[in-house]
Amino acid sequence: MGDAGWLVDVAFWACSLIAVATGVLVFVVDSMARATYALATSFIATGGALLLMQQSYLGVVVVLMMVMEMAVMAVYMVMFMGMNPALMPMSMVHSHRAAIGVAVATFVVLGSGAVLVPWPERRGAPAPDVTEALGTAIMESHMLVMMVVGPVMVATIVVGVLLSSARTRYDRMGDDLDQPPTDPPTGRTGVRG
Amino acid sequence: MSLETVLLVASALLAVGVYGALSQQVVVMVMMGLELMIAGVLLALGGFWWFLSPDPSGQVLLLVVLAAMTVEMATGFAIATLLHRRAGHDMTDMATELRE
Repeated sequence: MGDAGWLVDVAFWACSLIAVATGVLVFVVDSMARATYALATSFIATGGALLLMQQSYLGVVVVLMMVMEMAVMAVYMVMFMGMNPALMPMSMVHSHRAAIGVAVATFVVLGSGAVLVPWPERRGAPAPDVTEALGTAIMESHMLVMMVVGPVMVATIVVGVLLSSARTRYDRMGDDLDQPPTDPPTGRTGVRG
Repeated sequence: MSLETVLLVASALLAVGVYGALSQQVVVMVMMGLELMIAGVLLALGGFWWFLSPDPSGQVLLLVVLAAMTVEMATGFAIATLLHRRAGHDMTDMATELRE
């Protein structure tokens, strides 16, 4: 880490504290709006921790992606919740004690493993430009990953549109598209001839 | 900062996410729990990459996890929208159609 090692340490602990504390706040605050902001803050802090480990591209992508996701979540709340979420206290939980028990057990098991396992020494050194190395990897030796991720993203868009559509041609004309439409629009559009 | 501390923080994030995924009733809140869990996984993988083997392959794996997070988010919102359109609610406890 060099001379700035202690600075990195301080920044890491700050990011960690913020990430975990706001992560807890997501399920403590009494409105979905506050929970949304808390989760966004948690992810930005997680992205910051990744940046401290010199993962510039992934850290920035995490931050940008989560800011956008929280914007989508805000739109979702406005669309469906029919009230001002910031003013509506709520507690919608079940199996509260059991969930806390499982969460604590998870932390104890994973945390024990993190501390007790004799981790090996670092092998190799990071590339001088980590982002460039990542770009080269996904365009050369690991291109298959990008070839898979691309279609998966497209499939996700299709699935998202299909699931969230109020009415599709499959709703109107059956799974095999062989039923007469129940609500033919004016003119020939949409009527199967 | 060491691998142990990074993994401890990642474990804490994952544990908080586990609590949310198990305890929440609103679909969006369950998704928030899942996302916190994925954030923990991302941080742990980032720690492994930096402290054990900082070659590009590890970063590609992180990219895949990030893509999984995107898919989860988009599909989750779509399912929540569908649930709201069909049944008029967004609660997991009431979404019992698949059980019947």
